[in-house]
Amino acid sequence: MINKLSIIASITLGVLAVTTSLQSHSAEIESLRGASELDRTSSAPEHKRYAKDGRPIARDYVQQPPLIPHKIDNYRINLKSNKCMSCHSWKNYREAGATKISQTHFEDRDKHVLANVSARRYFCTQCHVPQVNAPALVENEFEPITAISGE
Amino acid sequence: MNSNKSTECNIICRLWEKLKKPSLRYSLGALLTVGFVAGIIFWGGFNTAMEMTNTEDFCISCHEMKDNVYEEYKQTIHYSNRTGVRATCPDCHVPKEWQHKIVRKIQASNELLHKALGTIDTREKFEAKRLKLAGNVWTAMKKTDSRECRNCHDFEFMDFGTQGRRAIRQHSTALDEGKTCIDCHKGIAHELPDMHSIDPTGVIGSN
Ligand code: HEC
Ligand code: HEC
Ligand code: HEC
Ligand code: HEC
Ligand code: HEC
Repeated sequence: MINKLSIIASITLGVLAVTTSLQSHSAEIESLRGASELDRTSSAPEHKRYAKDGRPIARDYVQQPPLIPHKIDNYRINLKSNKCMSCHSWKNYREAGATKISQTHFEDRDKHVLANVSARRYFCTQCHVPQVNAPALVENEFEPITAISGE
Repeated sequence: MNSNKSTECNIICRLWEKLKKPSLRYSLGALLTVGFVAGIIFWGGFNTAMEMTNTEDFCISCHEMKDNVYEEYKQTIHYSNRTGVRATCPDCHVPKEWQHKIVRKIQASNELLHKALGTIDTREKFEAKRLKLAGNVWTAMKKTDSRECRNCHDFEFMDFGTQGRRAIRQHSTALDEGKTCIDCHKGIAHELPDMHSIDPTGVIGSN
């Protein structure tokens, strides 16, 4: 009898503890959109603009996919055509005045070198991204190595 | 032959005989006025009919255009942009000058025939024909030095100083090299066809 009572008591206590801790937590949880009541529309964040065409942006580490220093609005990449390659392929880069894609873009995952751009490097914007003029979301103190910074 | 001319005269030649005779009842002035007014009405009607086919609404009244090129064009700069100035289908596809417009409209009657035949009445059929259709436009634009683009965009009045870095570099040399807008701006308003045959280095796979 005493055993049963103590089990019930501990279960009740446990449930109470969990619910109170959940309640106090739910007040702290904040979604990425910020704290706003479910039934109210949160105010829209400021609209960010893509940077205008500029010079190539310095890289921070050697293996980094370089950032895209120009606008890419409406540049389509699909199985029928790839707008990026109309300027960055080895045939077109000279006329376009663009950097040609590097050798690694021809390698499949077994490091076999193919005759044309490899499937794993076809969808350029998986790795290369344009920039908006916005403060960093997360603070970071990354320093490039001497080979890049020269310091 | 000459002798039995009057006996062999059929309806048409009798009508002609009548038309040839000067009118006894109406003055020359009245006849000219009537002719002039009729001419205006006919010409006006003809032009109005032609202009009615020169609107975006008409162009996308068939589903072949509405479901394919129109949907794609809605994502592009000529449909929606900062200033709200638009380029509609006929702006790029129908010449402004009358003599070129007539030629384009006659070509369009061939397109209506294919509409009736259902040549491109599914997305798959459309995609299969797309390279050919796009090629027609490219050839035409190459031949006219992209006349329809230049109706709105005039190189003379482009302020290169306010353009992007890549645009400045290409535009300032393009004309000297004999290039025209469509050489560099393919796919400006629609998705492109399969570009393998145009530039094998631009698409995945090796041919
Ligand atoms: C109209 C031609 C053109 C198109 C299309 C184009 N680019 Fe570029 N891109 C350039 C040029 C030119 C440069 C070099 C900028 C300079 O030196 O002024 C460049 C630079 C770059 C760089 C920087 C290279 C470096 O060494 O830092 C990357 C990355 C890049 N582009 C990626 C892309 C991607 C991804 C796309 C497709 C979404 C694309 N580009 C489409 C012309 C183009
Ligand atoms: C899987 C990620 C990935 C994809 C997808 C990818 N790249 Fe890269 N790209 C990189 C990396 C990493 C580098 C830098 C190291 C290197 O050259 O491999 C690079 C370098 C470059 C460079 C500079 C080359 C140089 O010589 O400095 C250009 C230009 C470029 N990429 C363009 C493209 C284009 C265009 C595409 C699409 C056809 C593309 N990349 C797809 C990862 C990628
Ligand atoms: C009816 C007038 C008109 C015609 C015809 C026209 N355009 Fe445009 N074009 C515009 C307007 C308006 C804009 C957008 C200006 C803005 O607000 O940025 C524009 C923008 C552009 C841009 C800038 C794209 C960007 O992302 O900034 C290019 C490139 C362009 N047009 C090329 C062409 C080409 C090529 C043709 C011929 C096939 C053509 N245009 C025909 C009016 C026209
Ligand atoms: C030799 C290639 C070339 C030719 C020819 C060419 N352009 Fe361009 N144009 C470019 C490049 C590269 C850009 C910048 C990249 C982009 O917008 O995709 C550009 C950008 C533009 C822009 C946007 C400018 C900006 O920076 O806001 C307009 C508008 C334009 N072109 C119109 C035209 C018209 C109209 C013609 C024909 C009279 C023409 N272009 C001929 C290569 C060319
Ligand atoms: C800014 C100019 C422009 C506007 C606006 C425009 N087109 Fe086009 N259109 C082109 C060019 C250039 C091509 C050649 C293919 C290419 O480069 O995309 C083309 C090709 C086509 C083709 C051939 C198939 C294809 O996709 O290549 C059809 C059909 C077509 N346009 C219909 C339309 C219709 C319908 C509209 C209106 C909803 C329209 N176009 C608006 C410039 C334009």
